[in-house]
Amino acid sequence: MKISKQIGKSVNRLEGHLKVTGAAKYAGEYDVPGLLQGYIVNSTITKGKILEIDESAAHALSGVVAIFSHNNRTKLPWFDIMYADMDAPPGTPFKPFYNDQILYNGQPIALVVAETFETARYAATLIKVTYDEEPFETELAAHLDDARDPKKGIATFIKPLPPSANGDFEKAYNDADVQYAGEFIHGTEHHNPLELFTTTTVYEGDGKLTVYDKTQGTSNCQIYIANVFGLHYKDVRILSPFVGGAFGSGLRPQYQLFLCVMASLELKRNVRVTMDRAQMFTFGHRPQTIQKTRFGATADGTVTAINHTAIAETSQHEDYTEVVVNWANMLYPAKNTLLDYKLVPLDVFSPMDMRAPGGSTGLHAIEATMDALSYILKVDPMELRLLNYAERDVSANKPFSSKELKQCYLQGAEKFGWANRKSEPRTTRRGNRLVGTGMSSGIWDVIALPAKAKASINKKGKLKVKSAVTDIGTGTLTVMTQIAADSLGIHIDDVTFEYGDSNMPLSPIQGGSYTTGVVGSAVKAACESLKKKIFKKAKKMNNSTFNSVALEDVVFEDGSMHLKQDKSNFVTFKEIIADNDGKKIKASKNNIPNVLKLKQYTRAAHSAAFVEVEVDEQLGIVNVTRAVTAVAAGKIINPKTARSQILGGMIWGISKALREETLMDHNLGKYMNTDLGEYHIPVHADIHELDVIFVDEKDDIINELGSKGVGEIGLASMAPAIANAIYHATGKRVNKFPIHFDQLL
Amino acid sequence: MNNFTYQKVSNPNDALNKISKNNAANFIAGGTNLIDLWKYNLAHPKTLVDINGLNDYKAIKEDDHGGLFLGALATNSDTAYHKLVEERYPLLSKAILAGASAQIRNSASNGGNLLQRTRCYYFYDASSPCNKRNPGSGCPAKNGLNRIHAILGTSEDCIAVFPSDMCIALAALEAVVHVKSPDGEREIEFSNFHRLPGDTPELDNNLKENELITGISLPSEGFAENYSYLKLRDRNSYAFALVSVATGMVLENNKITKIRIALGGIAHKPWRVVAAEEFLVDKSPTEENFASAANMILKGAKGFGKNDFKIELSKRAIVRNCIMALDPESQRPGAQPSL
Repeated sequence: MKISKQIGKSVNRLEGHLKVTGAAKYAGEYDVPGLLQGYIVNSTITKGKILEIDESAAHALSGVVAIFSHNNRTKLPWFDIMYADMDAPPGTPFKPFYNDQILYNGQPIALVVAETFETARYAATLIKVTYDEEPFETELAAHLDDARDPKKGIATFIKPLPPSANGDFEKAYNDADVQYAGEFIHGTEHHNPLELFTTTTVYEGDGKLTVYDKTQGTSNCQIYIANVFGLHYKDVRILSPFVGGAFGSGLRPQYQLFLCVMASLELKRNVRVTMDRAQMFTFGHRPQTIQKTRFGATADGTVTAINHTAIAETSQHEDYTEVVVNWANMLYPAKNTLLDYKLVPLDVFSPMDMRAPGGSTGLHAIEATMDALSYILKVDPMELRLLNYAERDVSANKPFSSKELKQCYLQGAEKFGWANRKSEPRTTRRGNRLVGTGMSSGIWDVIALPAKAKASINKKGKLKVKSAVTDIGTGTLTVMTQIAADSLGIHIDDVTFEYGDSNMPLSPIQGGSYTTGVVGSAVKAACESLKKKIFKKAKKMNNSTFNSVALEDVVFEDGSMHLKQDKSNFVTFKEIIADNDGKKIKASKNNIPNVLKLKQYTRAAHSAAFVEVEVDEQLGIVNVTRAVTAVAAGKIINPKTARSQILGGMIWGISKALREETLMDHNLGKYMNTDLGEYHIPVHADIHELDVIFVDEKDDIINELGSKGVGEIGLASMAPAIANAIYHATGKRVNKFPIHFDQLL
Repeated sequence: MNNFTYQKVSNPNDALNKISKNNAANFIAGGTNLIDLWKYNLAHPKTLVDINGLNDYKAIKEDDHGGLFLGALATNSDTAYHKLVEERYPLLSKAILAGASAQIRNSASNGGNLLQRTRCYYFYDASSPCNKRNPGSGCPAKNGLNRIHAILGTSEDCIAVFPSDMCIALAALEAVVHVKSPDGEREIEFSNFHRLPGDTPELDNNLKENELITGISLPSEGFAENYSYLKLRDRNSYAFALVSVATGMVLENNKITKIRIALGGIAHKPWRVVAAEEFLVDKSPTEENFASAANMILKGAKGFGKNDFKIELSKRAIVRNCIMALDPESQRPGAQPSL
């Protein structure tokens, strides 16, 4: 039987029907006997000390089982390192209930555990807390003078600090024929996945726990919980089979996990702790960032000087960093550069990676500056990018492992109809609306990390592959199943991919667009390892026709192994395992990237976005009426799920440019629009025509699959293209996101 | 959420008796706002009197004066899609459909719509000072996040806005609110139903504690020929108005014989300026005349920093909406995707 290849096919999500029918169970939906419910009490001040927590009224309420705070918490380790998770930035990780100090508004200070959720929530309102308040600072713009260099740590490995200066920027900028300088202001954003952060802890006895958690990393949470509560790793099992969106918010263990496990251990009961929507604003966020650019170019459009600086907020306890300013010189090979990234510690919780962290921030400044230069030069914006196309990454002095950005520009422009564009701003009208078009480049790096997978095949010829990785809604389950099926050459229905369980082989946290490349490569490697074992067994079979054959001479396809030269000489997997007394054949592989090879190249996915906007200038209304994003991201394993990722990124781009913003009252030090009614993300009525193109790109360097990942790249180019289109429509360059009525009237 | 007693009633007197004997009792109809407030620890009813069984108040029917009576318990959806509302009061239909989401409109009652509370961030956060929620505690909005706040009719104590869309159309239509109490029945003109904050910002309206809204009557004039509702907000659906305008007018020989203009999103109640409406009578429906009226309506408007833009935006919205009212066809779904 001929079995078709799965990689490159638009396979429907394997778990799709479970999700749309409600059968998929999320962390807060596991009902276990005697389950208690916890509700968190948060600090209402921004900085200071807890003087007293009066719990009497809450305790008096029928159904309240226990109330925890720093006063009666479990004994906790002293050393910061025990609280550091895989994604911890340099500094001191936040330790819930550690002492009476308040570090930020919304800090968890107590947990009410009760028989029902409503009892716990009501009891929480009866707790009276007395504080000693101290002055605090939360506004980045007011503290730019305090900016300092970030501390270095393990995180710097994945998020390098800016490259050092090249040439003589100031001279080159002053000598440039044309110049543009801009200031770009980005506010705070919160991830707001639909699923609330929830943990259900099943107390198994003897210090053993089974924990259903909303997370992007089961192994990460396992290590964290074991370290913090002094448990054996093998006694802590973290399960996260379905994740209702995360976007980076689940990269670190959140405090409800800590509180839920602590309550469960103390009470020796099964406990669930669920955050409410307002509490979703009391941990990581995309940081406020203020950027400045100065670009200079020759009259013929060659960019000669690039200065890009960013100042971002962080917390007082950790130095969270993003890659904001490293991109410009990767995209445009100017010889004179000055790049700088600094932090201002404020009295807020540590910021956290949020979809395309740093990239979506930095690219706005870079691509709006390039756009502005194109109008000064009277060169088409795309033409200016092509004039300054980097065939090599001059910022690192390395070749690209592959780069089909030029094709993104050309194919995207063709599909969009860019050629028909009038170059002057304010030249097209539709009724009482101005129409404008804009474009932007996008870039996102390709990260390689170790990961492990196990593969086994049974007597029915069914392949099972396992990894601790989660599926945060991106299609990981489907994609891994496709990769495994093709590796062994069996039907996709004969493959099961098991995941989302810390008992399974170690996987890095799921983020940075690297999961397909990293875990997919581990899955492939485990299958390759399994093939070797199958081959060995086949050779040992009675009357084996493969005795004198090498592994290179056989092909695994159609559920069997056959000679490359002679398809008729084959043996099926079922026959091999039958000969193995029906025993499964198993293999395991820890896939470690070849760092020496990788570091010779700059590895990045690219994109180009083309956007049309309509602006009702009198009323300040903006609509993104049409957009095309062309993406070069190496091998696309599943075009359907990949397209969904890019569409999601594009919609997020609309959100970032026009909608989304967490508002803080700096007098109170508090986020105020903490619900989905007032935290505006786009609705259906905001979304019009969106189109995605995947450009062919072959990459033999990055990983075994040649796949670069598509989680962030769709967002990276979209928001700047919208800002540029608004300029083309109106002649107004608004450099503060989100762009609102107020700025366009 | 505190524990509470739930009682379902099937006749109005029973409902009124239950509420007048218990000052911690609340009526519940659609519950789309009360349940939110409760979860946020802003409302704490001890007794819920469920009035959804009062079938007499669900009807939408023509009255004896050539108008239309909207039962207080008819849902917003049933009202917006009612044939007589669509035909005779399309302004109301359009305003209702500009608000909330389909799910909320399916649950929300007409009476409840009148009573929804402000969406001021500070009001909604139980730990922030707020004179409306906790009189005397202060108003952080005045020097804080006031982009969504009022520019007209504000007081020292409160700059909150009333969030309804439906009520802006009802104000323009000069509806009358019918209420019932143990003492009898009374009618409240729409312009007298909601209040300005003054020094009692805790009061949103003039409904007394023992009163129940039974319905809303619309006069015979529905402006079915020339009307428009324009809502400006931070996204194209499911967001409260930064500025909204309801316009209904009657034209004869290209002269305005009657016009009503009501604004939402800019004050503690639907905002109308009768003098501006009178100014437009017997005038041509020109941009210039509408702009003069807009200036009259916004007279005395005062921003608090982040909401200063609302003054100019309101003027432009009034002019645009009055122009759109001249050609209601321009408001067909799809014709104005950006509004």
